[in-house]
Amino acid sequence: MLRRLQDVNVLDLVLWVFRAVIIVIVVWGTIATLIENPYPAQTWTETIVAGIAQGSLYALIAIGYTLVYGVLFMINFAHGEFFMSGIMTATIFLAQPMSETGFLDNYPVLSLLLITIVTMTVSVAIALLTERVAYRPLRKAPRLVPLITAIGASFFWQYFFRGLYGSEVKPFPQLASLAGKVSLGGIVILKTHIVVIVAAILMLIGLYGFVMRTKTGKSIRAVAENKDVAALMGIDVDRAVSITFAVGASMAGIAGVLYAIVFRQVHFFMGFIPGIKAFTAAVLGGIGSIPGAALGGLFLGMFESVGPGLFLEGLGIPAPHQLKDVIAFTMLVLVLIFRPQGILGERLAEEKA
Amino acid sequence: MAILEVNNIHAYYGNIQALRGISVTVEEGEIVTLIGANGAGKTTTLRAISRLVNPREGSIQFDGEDLSQFKAHELVYKGVAMVPEGRGIFAKLTVGENLDMGAFSRDDSANIQEDLERVFDLFPRLKERRSQVAGTLSGGEQQMLATGRALMANPRLLLMDEPSMGLAPVLVESVFETIQRINKEGTTILLVEQNAMMAFQVANRGYVLQTGEIVLSDSVENLRQNEMVQKAYLGVE
Ligand SMILES: Nc1ncnc2c1ncn2[C@@H]1O[C@H](COP(=O)(O)OP(=O)(O)O)[C@@H](O)[C@H]1O
Ligand SMILES: [Mg+2]
Repeated sequence: MLRRLQDVNVLDLVLWVFRAVIIVIVVWGTIATLIENPYPAQTWTETIVAGIAQGSLYALIAIGYTLVYGVLFMINFAHGEFFMSGIMTATIFLAQPMSETGFLDNYPVLSLLLITIVTMTVSVAIALLTERVAYRPLRKAPRLVPLITAIGASFFWQYFFRGLYGSEVKPFPQLASLAGKVSLGGIVILKTHIVVIVAAILMLIGLYGFVMRTKTGKSIRAVAENKDVAALMGIDVDRAVSITFAVGASMAGIAGVLYAIVFRQVHFFMGFIPGIKAFTAAVLGGIGSIPGAALGGLFLGMFESVGPGLFLEGLGIPAPHQLKDVIAFTMLVLVLIFRPQGILGERLAEEKA
Repeated sequence: MAILEVNNIHAYYGNIQALRGISVTVEEGEIVTLIGANGAGKTTTLRAISRLVNPREGSIQFDGEDLSQFKAHELVYKGVAMVPEGRGIFAKLTVGENLDMGAFSRDDSANIQEDLERVFDLFPRLKERRSQVAGTLSGGEQQMLATGRALMANPRLLLMDEPSMGLAPVLVESVFETIQRINKEGTTILLVEQNAMMAFQVANRGYVLQTGEIVLSDSVENLRQNEMVQKAYLGVE
């Protein structure tokens, strides 16, 4: 026991204090809030459902980070732009005209289907182009190089689409059939939240099936483990990497459509914060792990949504809901310090490249 | 005509020259072994044949076709499979999925099923562990998996890189028995080994590599009699 105490160094001590302070703040805030009880039960359920919906979006975007990291050990910081590019394009060329002509409300399902197809197509095209032009030539370069390139690609696409579509916020039309709330077993939920949650679950299950069960999915996992040996099996590694980017971008595209349905606006900068949040979610769940990305997204969405009301309110912070990004990034830092391998995954590895 | 003809290849890693004019011929149906100390260039030779390394000079012909026109992932479609150094199994995939990847190049599902039965017949252990994650296998089982996976491509030429490395002596025996059996069933084998004693028991001919060059090539009977080989590779004083 004494020996162990001697082994503890200053950094460990600081980290323990850090941990303890966070735990005290959270517990204290939570208890204070619960004693005050400022919100009715309905508000809490709404907050929780909103958190799940938000988390579902993060989960869908996080898939792209985790897949690309799994295969190339690279953080693709331009992924948020894959998310943005598709829905921006579909909003301007499809959703807005369809809304003006009344097509959108006359054929809502068909309209959404068309919007989704166009969104995914654009997101995938941007992803494939970025991979081919900016990442592939650097595949053998030191790992910092593609990372910096990815940040550059992110800015490139942001300003490319800003130049193309303008810098103002663009409204995404509301679908009459998705307006309002429904009551499910006594819980009143926004219809759009139901759409988001159900769509995300279906997509995640589909994706998991694709990666685990199909020949192409297995080949992607083989490439993730060992590119040379995968090539010996007859797997075209470049093609597998392209497919990985395409799959991640389709998930981001879907997330873009769902985002537009919920928030009803798009913008050239809209990919930045969700992108970083989704990256946080991927790290939280364990980057490289698909269930980890889903779980991390859900966890982050819930924490962001419930957290301010639950443990910041009780601390007497005047505008706790302004602090949800602080919560998200505090979580990122905490995970990186205390559990770099995330909930389910591996450590962000140095040696694996 | 030889199934494989490696002609005077030179290969580099950056500026370091790993191969200085290697020539190797393998006839259909043979087992040919390539022996040499650590760092001699054995692995590089196999990687050059399978196109993972691009030689700067020289040519490699398989079945009369120049291999330089192909990419690494196209080779298995030509009938070349490899059991890589250190086995290279996909540790996170199951045993069954590893074998599926071995057959990635094929779409004749009936024949794939037949070959799977053949692999399970050769290695009953793999059948038992079919749904187990491959990373949990023992070294010997991983070697079986790497070999079985290569056989799933139904290759005409099998390249094997030190299959006995790191295995207990009993397992080494069975590895070489398996090699012989695979060869009897019709697969030509180019076998890289440091264990010259065992390699000579199964091979028809052998090449001795030293620092990127072939210093000897002969039938195994003659190699066994060679004084230099006896001293350097067979431990005879
Ligand atoms: N990836 C690499 N980078 C640089 N040098 C290498 C690499 N792989 C092998 N070499 C060098 O090439 C030579 C041949 O290595 P190798 O073919 O692996 O030999 P062997 O398989 O006979 O042990 C050695 O000098 C080795 O150090
Ligand atoms: Mg070697």
